[in-house]
Amino acid sequence: MNLDFTPEEQAFRREVREFLAAELPDDIRERVRLGRRLSADDHLRWQNVLSRRGWLAAGWPREHGGPGWGPVERHIFDEESASAHAPTVVPFGVSMVAPVIMKFGSEAQQRHYLPRILANQDWWCQGYSEPGAGSDLASLRTRAVRDGDHYIVSGQKTWTTLGQYANMMFCLVRTDPEAKKQAGISFLLIDMQSPGISVRPIVTLDGAHEVNEVFLDEVRVPVANRIGEEGQGWTCAKFLLTHERTGIAGLGHAKQALRHLKTLAGQIRHRGRPLLELPSFRQRMVKAELELMALKVTHLRVLASARDGAVPGAVSSLLKVRGSELRQELSELTRRALGPEALPFFPGFLYGDEALEPERAEYAAAGAQYLNRRKLSIYGGSNEIQKSIVAKTLLGM
Amino acid sequence: MDFSYSDEQRMLADTLERLVADSDSVGDAAPITLWHTFAELGLLQLPFAEHVGGLGGDGIDVTIVMQAFGRGLVREPYVAGLLLPGTLLARLANSAQRERWLSPLLGGEYRMTLAWQETAARYDAHAISTRARRQADGWVLDGSKQGVMAAAAADALVVTARLDDGLLGAFLVPNDSRGLARRDYTTLDDRTASDIQLTGVLLPHDARLGDDASDTLDAALALGRAALCAEAVGAMQAACDQTLAYLKERRQFGAPLAGFQVLQHRMVDMHLNLEQARSMAILAATSLERPAGERDYRVSAAKAYCGEAARFVAEQAIQLHGAMGMTEECRISHYARQLIMFDHHLGDVDHHLEIVSERLTAA
Ligand SMILES: Cc1cc2nc3c(=O)[nH]c(=O)nc-3n(C[C@H](O)[C@H](O)[C@H](O)COP(=O)(O)OP(=O)(O)OC[C@H]3O[C@@H](n4cnc5c(N)ncnc54)[C@H](O)[C@@H]3O)c2cc1C
Repeated sequence: MNLDFTPEEQAFRREVREFLAAELPDDIRERVRLGRRLSADDHLRWQNVLSRRGWLAAGWPREHGGPGWGPVERHIFDEESASAHAPTVVPFGVSMVAPVIMKFGSEAQQRHYLPRILANQDWWCQGYSEPGAGSDLASLRTRAVRDGDHYIVSGQKTWTTLGQYANMMFCLVRTDPEAKKQAGISFLLIDMQSPGISVRPIVTLDGAHEVNEVFLDEVRVPVANRIGEEGQGWTCAKFLLTHERTGIAGLGHAKQALRHLKTLAGQIRHRGRPLLELPSFRQRMVKAELELMALKVTHLRVLASARDGAVPGAVSSLLKVRGSELRQELSELTRRALGPEALPFFPGFLYGDEALEPERAEYAAAGAQYLNRRKLSIYGGSNEIQKSIVAKTLLGM
Repeated sequence: MDFSYSDEQRMLADTLERLVADSDSVGDAAPITLWHTFAELGLLQLPFAEHVGGLGGDGIDVTIVMQAFGRGLVREPYVAGLLLPGTLLARLANSAQRERWLSPLLGGEYRMTLAWQETAARYDAHAISTRARRQADGWVLDGSKQGVMAAAAADALVVTARLDDGLLGAFLVPNDSRGLARRDYTTLDDRTASDIQLTGVLLPHDARLGDDASDTLDAALALGRAALCAEAVGAMQAACDQTLAYLKERRQFGAPLAGFQVLQHRMVDMHLNLEQARSMAILAATSLERPAGERDYRVSAAKAYCGEAARFVAEQAIQLHGAMGMTEECRISHYARQLIMFDHHLGDVDHHLEIVSERLTAA
């Protein structure tokens, strides 16, 4: 057994690092470093750089224009990106709908949508959840009624991340109200500019506008925009959810967060000594360190078996649970390390372009970020649901 | 032993229940509209001794007030703007100073706050570097204070400063003093606070309250901490109630969430934390008249315990609400923010654990 990266993998890491150092615009790096929200334009600027380099669609195979990386290269890329304070690629197009289109879409659909995703021409959002359908996604009620070459879609989606920027939404709709829950669902691609669609912001507890409600009132969607067969939507959705969960452990982010925390705990003083030396604080940091060490190896084990062709399955649920817990713990320790400095709230700086004194700017995001990280154990299948999946599929309980 | 309220305390609790129900402050950053009602109801006099113009209330009276404020998300600075500066004035001021500053504070006409915290000292109220120098016609103050709650709306601040002879002084500093610069901001728990710079602030002789302020400062902070624990218990109670109601109402997979055993156990853990925290808050409130060492040991124990309990309840309240719990619109997120930021006021879990740990001895 050998846990080392191969010389090729190490060379790849250097290549990624150099690319990030040379190509990541300073203003974007600084915004990410300080935990400020990026504008749509910031995201696009960075994704265009990645696109030109051929690294935007990290998980895609070569035949569709991806770099043809294996899981290990993707992991290295994610880790280096987080260390360099590069923005996370908005996942809805590249990592969510694209794999579904590749697997279930027609050739015409693939030819139309995939190049547009590669070129950042479409901003996708995910229309799954509804007010009454969260964990129990299959109880969704948004209706699509066939009318010749179109579906007439009515209903409501919610928690739609960055829907305010999106021009396209992939959406689960009920095409057959008579069929059994999962069987009556279809997967539609909907143009957000269609008449009958309205998007309303939801402000979250950190004061941010990240999610939205999307109302659909008799929206006409061409039948040609359906992926797969009518009633096959649940299969697409489940396929996508497993994709959503790989990488959701957010290991690169956890590593970066721990590094940041160590710096803070070395600088901040408690009774004349570095906070790092305060036993109760230090012990929690040590525990986080061990958790990260273990998670890295567990992750590598999953990556190695994925490289050898295994489907991650329920193991990715384990990674998601532990990864989100660790990231939440790190956000808690960071907030706590700052003590009184974590109290002030500067929304105009965090979410807009307002200036802030440099020494305040360093600490401004910690409190809000802690609150924001609560989402990690809720979305992408809540941690309770992930544990149920593990109990059922891995342990046969 | 008796855990019941007196008749007067029951009346106080009822009054506050009504007051809080009538004045929902969700969404407003630190409204000050209730302060005069507090004065009319005697709440501003309640915690102070009768010989200084107070009503002679005890720690449990304060607990009753603060629990209600916690439940109702009342943002008025009862701790920062009354208990802390009021205690220093009540115990240190001479009769002329009391007449001039304490009486109008208790009457609701004069607003104050206590500036004790400094960046380099973190939560240690004694390791400060703000200096007070005596000169012919009074005092000169230099230094800076951090996170002074409710300072923007205050008429004056009680500022702690180290004297040349090593004693800790408490000075009454008008907010519009020359040489005082404030950086105001709102906080994550919807309050207002300021960082304050003092540069050669000139004060008259009678701006100093009493002699050495160390012990009184500790007493004031102990009262403030006990009060914050009670407020957190009120907020935890509300968060538990609302989460339970939500679990019963919200249906997924054809059944109420309250039917899933994992969530039942989680809800029980929240409740357990609430009840244990309630006990610690009672312990703190009934220890305020004990000798300082014993008082501070118990108060620190309570503050550390309630800090952890508050975080558990806040995090689980959000989690059990799902995405709904993450929204500004849902009241639970306001309780959660308050319960999380509770730990950043008057010393956090680590600070108080260390105090308890230093005093813990082998049996
Ligand atoms: C920041 C954020 C962004 C999001 N972005 C998107 C998006 O872009 N597109 C989209 O479609 N959705 C999105 N979501 C929605 C997300 O997928 C849902 O929040 C998630 O599926 C949980 O559903 P819910 O919020 O309705 O909670 P509920 O399903 O109501 O669950 C509430 C609580 O009960 C627990 N629970 C539910 N059922 C069970 C059970 N059977 N056993 C034990 N516990 C249970 C849950 O774990 C949770 O703790 C987002 C959510 C958040 C917070």
